[in-house]
Amino acid sequence: MSTFITYLIPGVPVGCVYALMAVGLVLCYKTSGVFNLAFGAQAYVSALVFYLTVESLGWPIWAGALVAIVLVSPAIGVGLDRLLFRHIRAAPSLVKLVVALALLIGIPTTMKLLFGSATRLNPPSIIANANVVYHFGSYYVSRGDVVTVLVTLVVVAALGILFRYSEIGLHMRAAVESPRMLQLSGISAERVGAFSWGLSSFLAGLAGVLLAPLFSRVSSLDFTTLLVSAIAAAALGSLTSLPLTLVGGIVLGIGQAVLTGYLPLNSVLATGLRPAFPFVVLVVLLLVMPGLRGAMEVTDPLSGCDPPPPPLAASVRDPRLDRVARIGFPIFLAVFVISALTWVPSFWVFILTQGLAFSIMFLSITVLTGMGGQISLCQAAFAGFGAFTAGQLAMHLGLSVIVGALVGGVIAAAVGVLVAIPALRLGGIALALATLAFSLLADNVLFPLGWLGNGATGVTVPRPAIGPISFAGTRAFFLLALVALAICSTIVIMVRRGMTGRYLAAIRGSELAASTVGINVAKQKVIVFALSAGLAGVGGAVYASTQGSVSPTDFNYFFSLVFVVLVVTTGVKTVEGAINAGMAYVILAQLLSYIPDHPAWLQRFSGIEILLFALGALGYVIHPEGVVEFQKRFWTERIARMLDRFGSEEGEAEGKDASDGLGSPVAGMFPAVPRAPGGSGDAGGW
Amino acid sequence: MSSELIEQAASGVGAAAVAPVLLDVDSVEASYGPYRALFGVSFKVFEGSATALLGSNGAGKSTVSRVVSGLVPVTSGRITFGGQDVTGMPAWKIARLGLAHAPEGRSVFGSLTVLENLRLAFRRSLGKDAVAAALDAAFSEFPRLRERQSQLGGTLSGGEQRMLALAKVLAVPPRLLIVDELSLGLAPKIADEVFERLAAIRSRGTSLLVVEQHVGRALELADTVVLLAKGLVSYEGPVSELGDLAHQVLPAGDGRQRGRNGTASDA
Repeated sequence: MSTFITYLIPGVPVGCVYALMAVGLVLCYKTSGVFNLAFGAQAYVSALVFYLTVESLGWPIWAGALVAIVLVSPAIGVGLDRLLFRHIRAAPSLVKLVVALALLIGIPTTMKLLFGSATRLNPPSIIANANVVYHFGSYYVSRGDVVTVLVTLVVVAALGILFRYSEIGLHMRAAVESPRMLQLSGISAERVGAFSWGLSSFLAGLAGVLLAPLFSRVSSLDFTTLLVSAIAAAALGSLTSLPLTLVGGIVLGIGQAVLTGYLPLNSVLATGLRPAFPFVVLVVLLLVMPGLRGAMEVTDPLSGCDPPPPPLAASVRDPRLDRVARIGFPIFLAVFVISALTWVPSFWVFILTQGLAFSIMFLSITVLTGMGGQISLCQAAFAGFGAFTAGQLAMHLGLSVIVGALVGGVIAAAVGVLVAIPALRLGGIALALATLAFSLLADNVLFPLGWLGNGATGVTVPRPAIGPISFAGTRAFFLLALVALAICSTIVIMVRRGMTGRYLAAIRGSELAASTVGINVAKQKVIVFALSAGLAGVGGAVYASTQGSVSPTDFNYFFSLVFVVLVVTTGVKTVEGAINAGMAYVILAQLLSYIPDHPAWLQRFSGIEILLFALGALGYVIHPEGVVEFQKRFWTERIARMLDRFGSEEGEAEGKDASDGLGSPVAGMFPAVPRAPGGSGDAGGW
Repeated sequence: MSSELIEQAASGVGAAAVAPVLLDVDSVEASYGPYRALFGVSFKVFEGSATALLGSNGAGKSTVSRVVSGLVPVTSGRITFGGQDVTGMPAWKIARLGLAHAPEGRSVFGSLTVLENLRLAFRRSLGKDAVAAALDAAFSEFPRLRERQSQLGGTLSGGEQRMLALAKVLAVPPRLLIVDELSLGLAPKIADEVFERLAAIRSRGTSLLVVEQHVGRALELADTVVLLAKGLVSYEGPVSELGDLAHQVLPAGDGRQRGRNGTASDA
């Protein structure tokens, strides 16, 4: 018993910090409908600002704390609300989630750009004499721990009082239900929203500054762990109850601490399960608490004031442009392939091959998010399963990597099914959180295992050979990767054009309506999840073979987040969107790596491509079809108009036919409908 | 209120001298995303009058009420309320000018208690000190609400919810009250009671804009009618001149049930 208590004590303050963050998440989600994953990043910013002001500038503790917690963090929150989230209030939860995700990735990258990337060690504590130790019998507690717990209790109690008894608390509770009805009572819902964003960001900032000394460093990675622990704590409180959220946070903190204490030192379980524990709890909670799913969706009785989601219309392409594309695309492809095989330096061919591998992985997001309307934050983990399977099979059984990639795809698909079965009961945000949890579980517990990812050593994956033909050479392997991508793309297009694609389009339109016409929604979701995971697995294997060896860090959860943001930026609905994303990712990263190392501040620009893509994903707010996809449509329409003006009579007649065929019935019903409204592109493209 | 005056007022020319215009909707267009709902709607509500806004399903009645209260933005046209241009003004500012809107369906906060619902309404308009007196007045008007004051709004019956919505309005009479489908889903007896309350609110000086699918009740209360069809005003004028027009424009079931014979056709 006494050992148990010794293990338990350090868990309590950590749990309290989780709880603070969780309360902020719940507060923000309830009042604004945004599950703001970016709070993880905001907590990091606060901790960093506190460190920089106090350690680097030598400010007194109170001044640093004031700036970091009371000024910077709430300012970021209110700014995000005003610039971004307020304008997407009516958007589907998927859009809000992607925006929050882009911020979660983009904010730390911005900080790196501003202040350099070094991990700051031994951050100062906000509490004076934090290291003073009090003895209680045989147990001892530090002053820092005691104050952390007290601060948390006071803050949560104050929030409870604010909600129950104050005017603004009443307004916030009313805004949870319906900001519009609050407006009708003569109260500015925007002002209430800004207040709750400020308040919840204050909590995130406070959590960040309190957490940093507990980990003895300021690193953005810790704050993602904090974020997911807080999500789990919020789930324990059913996303509503403040006291339960507090208890949830503390229980999680204690659970982690006790588990680490009892598990054998340095075993995979001990090092892996501690960070993975909140996710395990989260997945279990999402599965066993049927009420949670309902609590995750906020309904407004006045939601009828919002415009309906855009219709699933086909995009029209001018037949003349179609003809150009039919001739132009093979020419482009031929030039690309011949160039890659002849004059392009072999290093760049290697980079392009990486791009092909990423394109295959990104196709998995096209399938799942674009076709299935689901968002998964564990695609990199699926890719990892494919890569490690191919590597292990080649190493131990001497199997060709081509066979290995296929087996890896099948295994990844099987894992996908395992993830999908609980996912059937979830959807939207809950699904994203559960997959994020799985991703971290894979990172921390599964991939370090010797027979799978083999920890830091990783797995070597040779280049394959078919009979006497070896693909070991860079250019030969490029060709093989291109063939793999072509096959995967064809599969995706076939599926989209086939019955499954139609079913998925129906489900995306309305799950309820789809089930009333006899579509087995659950089955279709499992199929799309398996297909997506399988594609990711194959892509992972191709990537592994390109690299020669891979380790779990190549398939870190962070990549899962980046992947989604990337593909959403370029266009999640089309195959070329995924390929654009894959190519842009590697080419941009390579070009940025040419930035010279000195002066030293230039180094900060490495990794900035992620920031660029995060900014691109914010464009998702305006162009839900993806930026590249939007540009493409814009230019095809413009060129078509130019052709109309100068074109031959024959071309003109054809052009009119095509646009009338789609335009007129719709336009007849709703005179203001623009031709082919955006956000669709389902039947168009290839 | 003399019906002659109203007739004169509603028929337009020189009316402003008799009863000033409270709400002036001038060729307003509105849409939900790409879908247009209103195609240049114009009508006026005069000070002290009760105007019924009638029309079949999808005619744009609710959109008109949302546009007026600022919930749905106007894409073109102008709305003037009490002489002030309110086009493009946020809903909360319009509400502060004295325009109350009880939207279709649930028009009280379901997650707040009855007491909190009322306090939310009274606190802003009356100030902290007057809240207690206003609560007392509301409860003596609706004794049923006093019994249920600590109950959540969402657990009240449909009729009680309507009463709560009206109790908010009674304490601080607005200049214009827009009620959207207030009788929807209510038992006939309760609906009668709701309409009696509306008449009482009107007698305290509040003008009414009554959006209804249930024509009979609305026409009994109103003195002016605005008839909407496909996003356009097809008739504007006094009830007495409406004649058989309602029967032509509206679905058969609604137009004929002029008595207080239930809401079966609405349900």
